[in-house]
Amino acid sequence: MKVVVCTKQTPSTTAVFTVDANGHVSWDDPGGKPNIVNPWDEYAIEEAIRLKENHGATDAIALTVGSEESKDALKTCLAMGCTEAILVSDSAFDGSDTVGTARVLAAAINKIGDVQIAVFGNRAIDGDTGLTPVQVARKLGWTPLTYVSAIKEISNGQITVERLLDDGKETVTAPLPVVISVVKEINEPRYPSFMGIRKANRATIPVWTAADLEVDGATGAEAAKVNWGHVYAPPPREGSVEIIEGETIEEKVRKLVDKLFEEKVI
Amino acid sequence: MDFELTEEQREFRHLVHEFVAKEVKPLARHTDETGEFNWQAVKKMGPIGLLGLEVPEKYGGAGVDAVSAAIAAEELGWGCGSTALAIGAHNTLGLGPIVRYGSEQLKQQWLPRLATGEGKLAALALTEPGAGSDLQGGVRTTAVKEGDSWIIDGSKMWTTNASIADVIIVLCRTDPAGGSHSLSQILVPTDTPGITIGPPEKKMGLKGSPTHAVTFEEVRVPLENLVGEEGRGLHQTLATLDSGRIGIGALAVGLAQAAYERAVAYAKERHTFGKPIAQHQAIQWMLADAATEIQAARLMVYWAAWLKQQGKPYTKAASMAKLFATEVSERVCRNAIQIHGGYGYSAEYEVERMYRDTRLMTIGEGTSEIQRLVIARHILNEW
Ligand SMILES: Cc1cc2nc3c(=O)[nH]c(=O)nc-3n(C[C@H](O)[C@H](O)[C@H](O)COP(=O)(O)OP(=O)(O)OC[C@H]3O[C@@H](n4cnc5c(N)ncnc54)[C@H](O)[C@@H]3O)c2cc1C
Ligand SMILES: Cc1cc2nc3c(=O)[nH]c(=O)nc-3n(C[C@H](O)[C@H](O)[C@H](O)COP(=O)(O)OP(=O)(O)OC[C@H]3O[C@@H](n4cnc5c(N)ncnc54)[C@H](O)[C@@H]3O)c2cc1C
Repeated sequence: MKVVVCTKQTPSTTAVFTVDANGHVSWDDPGGKPNIVNPWDEYAIEEAIRLKENHGATDAIALTVGSEESKDALKTCLAMGCTEAILVSDSAFDGSDTVGTARVLAAAINKIGDVQIAVFGNRAIDGDTGLTPVQVARKLGWTPLTYVSAIKEISNGQITVERLLDDGKETVTAPLPVVISVVKEINEPRYPSFMGIRKANRATIPVWTAADLEVDGATGAEAAKVNWGHVYAPPPREGSVEIIEGETIEEKVRKLVDKLFEEKVI
Repeated sequence: MDFELTEEQREFRHLVHEFVAKEVKPLARHTDETGEFNWQAVKKMGPIGLLGLEVPEKYGGAGVDAVSAAIAAEELGWGCGSTALAIGAHNTLGLGPIVRYGSEQLKQQWLPRLATGEGKLAALALTEPGAGSDLQGGVRTTAVKEGDSWIIDGSKMWTTNASIADVIIVLCRTDPAGGSHSLSQILVPTDTPGITIGPPEKKMGLKGSPTHAVTFEEVRVPLENLVGEEGRGLHQTLATLDSGRIGIGALAVGLAQAAYERAVAYAKERHTFGKPIAQHQAIQWMLADAATEIQAARLMVYWAAWLKQQGKPYTKAASMAKLFATEVSERVCRNAIQIHGGYGYSAEYEVERMYRDTRLMTIGEGTSEIQRLVIARHILNEW
């Protein structure tokens, strides 16, 4: 049983989103921090590695559709313990919307073959649609299981997971293969290791292009149904600061609580 | 000439920095105030490789190069002096002799559990009530062969990690005749009957790094626990300290960097006479000196580590780096307090902790005076 974890590279969590006069979007980190593995995906990567460690998966393969630079994110996956990493990169895919991206991911998963579980993070911190996992499932014809907070059991061609919903938890069982997207309650992602970094630096990450895949449906900017015509940073929120005065801590706290009630914060 | 770290070294640094920023630095104040060792973070260090920096991969270690090991010590020092000292002592002083001189049996028996964090830490006990700088003349702890055992008697002082270690490498006199071939290193598991570990010493700083007096009363360990060769204990110890000195120098650079960062941030925030104090020249000079000296110290530490990695002699370089970096660190931490004014003297702003922590660095693993002595011996021989 192979497990694939789909991950994308995103700007760092401290990067600042800016749009210049020409509508050009950039995410630069003021401290010069490099791009990172989408933070939500760390839980997905950890879970994929655990599927190998605890549930008998033979491979935990990291898969990214993106630019050459995304190899850094894939190296992090290898340094954490993924057994293999594959980059899918082709200018034909540039500007795809989530459907286009999902078509490419599904084609790559088919090419890998024998995959029983494709693990995703809940969402990406930049695009932030949360759509990709479900669209990949749809494209593959697999069952999507979203908001997964625990994998309970895998046996007899079935998987049982716990889903964490706003109002409670739900335990569901589905036949394999499945696509799951995980929430951060599922595990505590490990740090990469020195040994893993060394291994990752020695590994060659294959790059698949459009010619290597049988993508079903259109991709790229032309095919994107969602038009990114107008992208802008919201104006900074107006705020004000009020220092609460009082003789004692108790008095200050009382005043603060009153205010919070007044503003309906609590 | 190339001043760039390799890609792998940069990635190591990034990893340790992120780890320390998340797991170590936020707890530094708590660690100092309570004296509780930060086991929570240390247990997570095992899988990363931080507990077996120079232990080969086949024994469960990370097997990193000497520059990467220095970078790890520096980043840990940036996060928390106490935790950094404990981990430094574990890696260089405790594990160092086993890695470099231990028999295959000792390596297989101890390294995997110590390097992965499955077990506790390792320690090295050299100093005694009457022996610090002068080990050759001062060590009174004896080890006598009896049948298939060593019988160890004596007392050690200032053993970092003793209470949080599985093993202590003990420098013992094995030849009562004295001289430079009269000492040997022996590995003693801390649960061996006859060992008494005293309460943690009350110290000026590094309060989250437990230091103990340890006494040995008829402590019996197998002859195979000899680390390296009988009679080579002093030589092995001095070589171990060479390596340890790079670590202490790196740790001091990290502490200095942390204090400096605090000082810069504060100098930009605090206003006097209508402008941020960073706009007063007196403050700028302190910051400029700090930046310059930290950079110089860092380069010296990396240089010593690089020489070590190349297999070249590095005793002098390690002493120079340790001497310079630790004295720089003290100055930088001192000035960071000065820049903070009265607040610098308060525990709130943490630079006072860094100052207290870094104060040890000019003493442990050879005082500044001993470093100067080592350097002088080298240069006088060279010319
Ligand atoms: C240059 C450029 C142009 C774009 N143009 C358009 C456009 O015109 N119209 C439009 O709608 N969108 C556009 N996009 C956005 C793009 O469609 C999304 O970034 C992408 O499809 C994923 O959606 P998301 O970020 O919302 O991820 P989510 O759906 O929130 O992510 C959920 C999970 O899917 C994984 N995932 C997402 N993308 C990938 C990937 N590529 N490889 C592997 N795993 C992945 C995530 O890592 C995460 O685990 C553009 C992006 C780029 C970089
Ligand atoms: C927090 C802490 C942790 C420690 N951890 C360990 C540990 O893990 N293991 C261990 O074995 N030890 C440890 N030590 C002990 C430390 O290594 C010694 O304190 C140090 O080597 C100095 O020895 P001493 O205290 O006996 O001082 P002394 O040797 O008595 O020196 C006193 C003073 O005389 C100076 N001096 C000595 N000889 C000369 C000379 N020839 N020329 C000029 N000046 C000289 C010294 O520089 C110093 O200023 C630790 C100490 C501390 C405080």
